[in-house]
Amino acid sequence: MWGRDPESQKLRRPYEVFGQWYDGEDPARLRAKQREAEEVFRLTGITFNVYGQSAAEERLIPFDIVPRIISGSEWTKLTRGIEQRVRAINAFLYDIYHRQEIIKAGRVPREMIQHNDAYLPEMAGVTPPGGVYTHIVGIDLVRTGDDEFYVLEDNARTPSGVSYMLENRETMLKMFPELFSKTRVQKVSQYPRSLLRSLRACAPANTEGTPTVAVLTPGSYNSAYFEHAFLADGMGVELVEGHDLRVVDGRVAMRTTRGYKPIDVLYRRVDDEFLDPLNFNPDSALGVPGIMDVYRAGNIAIANAPGTGIADDKAIYSYMPEIVEFYTGEKAILQNVPTWRCSDADSLKYVLENLKDLVVKEVHGSGGYGMLIGPTATKKDIAEFRKKLQARPSNYIAQPTLSLSTVPIMTQKGLAPRHVDLRPFVLVSPEGINITPGGLTRVALQKGSLVVNSSQGGGTKDTWVLED
Amino acid sequence: MLGKTAGGLFWMFRSLERAENITRVIDTGQRIALTRSADDADEWASIMQTASVDLGYFEKYDELSKDAVIDWMLRDKDNPSSVLRSLESARNNARLVRTGLTHEVWEAMNGCWMEMKELLRRKVNERDLPSVLEVIRQRTGLVRGATHGTMLRNDIYDFCRIGTFLERADNTARILDVKYYVLLPSSFAVGSSLDNVQWETILRSVSADSGYRAVYGHDTNPRDIASFLVRDGRMPRSLYFCANRLMENLNFIAHDYGSGCLARDKAEALCRRLRENDIDNVFDYGLHEYIQDILISLGELSRQIEIDFRFYQ
Repeated sequence: MWGRDPESQKLRRPYEVFGQWYDGEDPARLRAKQREAEEVFRLTGITFNVYGQSAAEERLIPFDIVPRIISGSEWTKLTRGIEQRVRAINAFLYDIYHRQEIIKAGRVPREMIQHNDAYLPEMAGVTPPGGVYTHIVGIDLVRTGDDEFYVLEDNARTPSGVSYMLENRETMLKMFPELFSKTRVQKVSQYPRSLLRSLRACAPANTEGTPTVAVLTPGSYNSAYFEHAFLADGMGVELVEGHDLRVVDGRVAMRTTRGYKPIDVLYRRVDDEFLDPLNFNPDSALGVPGIMDVYRAGNIAIANAPGTGIADDKAIYSYMPEIVEFYTGEKAILQNVPTWRCSDADSLKYVLENLKDLVVKEVHGSGGYGMLIGPTATKKDIAEFRKKLQARPSNYIAQPTLSLSTVPIMTQKGLAPRHVDLRPFVLVSPEGINITPGGLTRVALQKGSLVVNSSQGGGTKDTWVLED
Repeated sequence: MLGKTAGGLFWMFRSLERAENITRVIDTGQRIALTRSADDADEWASIMQTASVDLGYFEKYDELSKDAVIDWMLRDKDNPSSVLRSLESARNNARLVRTGLTHEVWEAMNGCWMEMKELLRRKVNERDLPSVLEVIRQRTGLVRGATHGTMLRNDIYDFCRIGTFLERADNTARILDVKYYVLLPSSFAVGSSLDNVQWETILRSVSADSGYRAVYGHDTNPRDIASFLVRDGRMPRSLYFCANRLMENLNFIAHDYGSGCLARDKAEALCRRLRENDIDNVFDYGLHEYIQDILISLGELSRQIEIDFRFYQ
């Protein structure tokens, strides 16, 4: 809402109508609305379970009623960049699991791939139905200035959070219908329908009739169970767990009240290593024994394909500009945050000398765990991290702290600027790439904080893309 | 539909029905305690028996006391049939079958659970008991209303109904099983105030007091009470009524799926038995033995439904 400098207090143009509305509102009414919104979330059951806490504990992600607003023209530019990046990611995955031209061309070092835990040798030579690897992608972006977006992270495995994009909007529609009469906001509610269409378009070629789609969840204790149920419900398909599935006559089938029924497309929200106890982690009770054999025989589509983690690995991230250029022949539209790969001796030296100014992340980490944020870390934190870094340099990358733009949240003392990121959701199928206008805006609720992860006390906002 | 989903719906509605039934029994016990001159704690033992929760109570407590009994039935976590545990189970099953329910049903169920969890966080004192029982009735009624008003009439709905009526038949049969002796012909002549209390307990525990009066007037007698609860086709908690609904819903499923199943045959046999024996036959056979047979049939029917529709494997 404000520019890079929150002190300037000048509203960005897309916020003008909202700003006028807000100035005319009674703060007490808005605070009551904020509480009302939380009641809606609790009743709808939009809760998540926090790992490491009692399984029955269901928590709400804090919701801020001030929307994050993006103009239509900005969004159009952004989608061009996202589409380019997602095409490149799919081309990269196909190449990595087939001829590996990019390695032969010397653009990505071989050891980056071969010694990477996210590379699945079981996928070598396998072509997923429709040639699609990443059916659903979430690209995490931050804005640093007008028209200046950086990609923080690509989520090419099982990106989550789309239910918040939808429910945040539903809640805003219930809370402030008058705002939507004043402003023309692009719809997001078509997402479940688009998802179903996109998944069906990725069914194996030998599918007869309308493809049967199902969502695979690790179960009701999983932190994102609500979202899994929400998406299955929105698409009108079954929500299955590993123990509902079995390989029957070379197909993956679900146990229904009328016997086993084959599935054509499985939208799985279970990690690769738990997907098939016969092929991967033998202790997994979450997956389906033998599903990889059915997959390799071309009799089921798995979304996202196993092995896509090699594309969103944080070490690979630093090669994204080269990857985009290699496969699309164009310069990357979206910028990458400059990244030091600590496996490289010169970079490691630089990182160690500048720890207090850098953000250091684990290559395979997620959820904001195991990272160091130099500018806000204590001397002790830095000293401890230094030891970890020296012990396993290749496990880390480092990035500068960006000068992020902020958006306002409602606090007890009125509006206050906070840092945010944005995760738009991208659907990929042979029919094309579909980007829902909006996304998940995560906000760091603590003043000055850069960490937006819900597991670390971040909140969410509705994201508006205006119709210009 | 997934077998697991069918099982989840079945248990969601069984648990919801159980929470309502236990609430009704507590309400009956409280009313009887308040309208009697002597404070008779033993009456609470019989109240617990009608809800089949007496054994657990005596494992935990040495003495009978009204407060302890109400707490045990309302909110004790060690009592799997307490209102709180039943609602928790209903809500957890609802969460499991979230995709089979309409938003209204899910929100009514989740709202019911959230409010009850809060209301039953602490022991309920006597002053608040009537309003707490009222909230339970309203909240569970809302789930039921949303179910009737918004759910498609397909196999999903059928499994909700089957769970409801199996639990309800089981509940009515258990009440008759525990109280059969006050309905025996040998007690016909007694007509003491003690018997009146017993009869009132039975009728109130199944919300049949006003229905009974509408049919039989004020001339309360055990033979009519037994007939009303076992065979009356209009009384929504009678064994015959419940068995009929079970058969009906199993027939809908059989029609939908284009094939019959053993559970359907079992429900039909149960219906036939309830229809064909008039109440004099039942007394000749032995009311207690008859009710025991019905309880066994209900247990078998429940197991057959699990197998036929692949709830667990």
